[in-house]
Amino acid sequence: MDTVTLSRVQFALTTMFHILFPVLTIGLAVYLVLVEFLWLWTKREIYYRMYRFWVRIFAIHFAVGVVSGIVLEFEFGTNFSRFSQAVANVFAPLMAYEGMTAFFLEAGFLGIMLFGWSRVSRPMHFAATCMVAAGANLSAFWIMAANSWMQTPDGFRLSQGKFTVTDFKDAIFTPAFPTHLAHMLVASYETAAFAVAGISAYFLLKGRETEFYKRSLGVAMAMALLFAPLQALVGDLKGMAVARHQPLKLAAMEAHWETNAEGGAPFVLFALPDMKAERNRYELTIPNGLSLLITRSLEGKVLGLKEFPPEDRPHVPVLFWSFRLMVAIGYGLVFLALWGSFLWVTRRSLSDNKAFLLALVAVQPLGFLATELGWITTELGRQPWVVYGLMRTAEGISPVSPGNVLWSLGLFAVIIPLIGWSYFRYVIKTLRLGPDLESPIPPVQIPAGMIPLKRDRELTRAG
Amino acid sequence: MIIVWSGLVALVMILYVVLDGISLGVGVLFFSAESEAQRDTMIESISPVWDANQTWLVFGGGAIFAAFPVVYGVLSSALYIPLITFISGLIFRGVAFEFRANAARKGPWNRALFLGSLVAVFSQGLTLGGILSGVRVIDGHFAGGPLDWLNPFSVMVGAALVPGYGMLGSCYLILKTTGPVQARAYRQAFWSGMAVLAFMAIVTVWTPFHYPVVMTHWFGTPRIYFVWIFPLMGSIAAYMLFKALKARGERLPLLCGVGLFLSGYFGLLTSLYPLAIPPSVSVYDAAAQPETLSFMLVGSAAVLPLVIAYSLYSHWVFRGKVKMEGY
Repeated sequence: MDTVTLSRVQFALTTMFHILFPVLTIGLAVYLVLVEFLWLWTKREIYYRMYRFWVRIFAIHFAVGVVSGIVLEFEFGTNFSRFSQAVANVFAPLMAYEGMTAFFLEAGFLGIMLFGWSRVSRPMHFAATCMVAAGANLSAFWIMAANSWMQTPDGFRLSQGKFTVTDFKDAIFTPAFPTHLAHMLVASYETAAFAVAGISAYFLLKGRETEFYKRSLGVAMAMALLFAPLQALVGDLKGMAVARHQPLKLAAMEAHWETNAEGGAPFVLFALPDMKAERNRYELTIPNGLSLLITRSLEGKVLGLKEFPPEDRPHVPVLFWSFRLMVAIGYGLVFLALWGSFLWVTRRSLSDNKAFLLALVAVQPLGFLATELGWITTELGRQPWVVYGLMRTAEGISPVSPGNVLWSLGLFAVIIPLIGWSYFRYVIKTLRLGPDLESPIPPVQIPAGMIPLKRDRELTRAG
Repeated sequence: MIIVWSGLVALVMILYVVLDGISLGVGVLFFSAESEAQRDTMIESISPVWDANQTWLVFGGGAIFAAFPVVYGVLSSALYIPLITFISGLIFRGVAFEFRANAARKGPWNRALFLGSLVAVFSQGLTLGGILSGVRVIDGHFAGGPLDWLNPFSVMVGAALVPGYGMLGSCYLILKTTGPVQARAYRQAFWSGMAVLAFMAIVTVWTPFHYPVVMTHWFGTPRIYFVWIFPLMGSIAAYMLFKALKARGERLPLLCGVGLFLSGYFGLLTSLYPLAIPPSVSVYDAAAQPETLSFMLVGSAAVLPLVIAYSLYSHWVFRGKVKMEGY
């Protein structure tokens, strides 16, 4: 194997591992902000206990996210140094800004968030949580700006293979950026909401600490109801942006070979795309569906794959299927969010319906899967380019021998399963251990008129 | 602008070296703890701050990438193996904090913290040694072999960094702990301080031989007028360190240890400047376009003072001796 393939495999492996962590920490940080806000506002002890429980999951998750992220920052140089050196003027400041505005914020306040309970006041602790959440969201802002620039580059001049910046505003706010960022942020909130909901549902089914998990589920489902339908909307807008700025990528995602000359383009529900024969096998379509989706008219023109030279096309079957699976999961989650709100409206309870709880347990990891599938779609859809339409991935590689990359790839192939497996064990262990409802609350954190757990139970029963 | 960025990058790197040097040093000293309780104390002294300390590396990497793209690209290709090893060490060190806290059997994660720190420190030294040994660059790209960085000099620098960070770590433990952990830290600070002095002497003599341009830098004007300051500063810091250790001072050892590091670091910078990658690439060859540098400078000027302010606040919140606080 050559350096190009090995480097791509390594980058794919390390990013696909890494993204599992930020996608939850960004959303879980927001969940924690919500829970701590409720604690400050209602003074109900149960919210304090919820925070202390879910923050343990957050901490383990965060640590793996941090260390797996460092790898990526250096891989731009170790494995794609020609790309890095060519685009640095435009691209690198976004990474530097990420470190400066986001990572410092997260890391600077994480210590207080985790260990500062007896050392700072209630508002100060809440501020620390907000800062960590802000940092997590800002890091998404910069990294999505950087990735968007690779998808739809703007704000630069290209001469002799080197990019120089003309306007940073254009380089950050590229055409892909708004929907790209929104899609990722909403994915994080949604994934975290369903992750918490699934775990809570599991323990409700087991009948453990029901008061605690009912409340955790309630907050999570409120988030889910807001973000799952929103994601469908954002996804639709993103599809239109891709069609406008990366039509080839869209055609591959939809396995759409021929530009519709007369009549509308169909939406392909099922197919086995064949890249050699340039057509789909076993196709099942909805007439005019794609035209309607992309152009908002029955007969709008949608460019087909055959408009573009074969050497510029991404891998159609992978894109077609990863995109479809992601969308299916997205709608599945919308359905569950609506089901939950229906239960709430009709019965005032989420935890009585066993089928609903079982379904939540089943979809618990699907947010993570959808995130992976989405990234596979967008990144493989950028191929064969590293800077879309301007620089091929093979041109961006480092001048290192395949042996180097084989060695590091082997190293990561050992480290990642080891860390991933340990991570899993400790998360499961923390969950099994369950919430700590006994430990005394540090005196500085106890508000006047706090509603202790017992009183809370009576209020809930009465209310 | 290029000079400003040279200074800023140098500042960020030394902040990283000192701050994470402390955390890595505590990690390296982890092997000497005699009980799980002592390990808890040592971990507790760094766990609220290690991540913030390490973030200076992440920002440093980003800043070099943006301000001196050639340095970032060339060095990461040239030092591929020590860099990846370094990062692997950091991975084990970083997860060990959380995993150990949750593990029933702490042994494996104790070893991960120790070995991760040790590997990270040693390969960081290899990286530095590799840079000082010179990197073959043609047309702004790396043009050497995969093992160019490996030579007796870089191995020596790697070995030197272990007691170096051990010294910082033990001085920090003196400040943050009491009882047997502190008593041991006093002894460790003494011996690692001795080792650091020996290594600094070797480096000072070896570098000009290993790498002749340093000699011309040292004895050319204007450097000859001030280059002697750094060994002098180092000697004073070392003298005060040993005095403070003998007098059982709690704050002064850390300050002197940091002073000793600074003297070595500034000595190194003066020997190299304006070279960014010896022997052929200067900061002027390696810098990004002026627009990029000024865009970054605006952000840094606005944000970095805030970062430093809240980092200090966080250290202040966790001031004083370690108390056992879980979360």
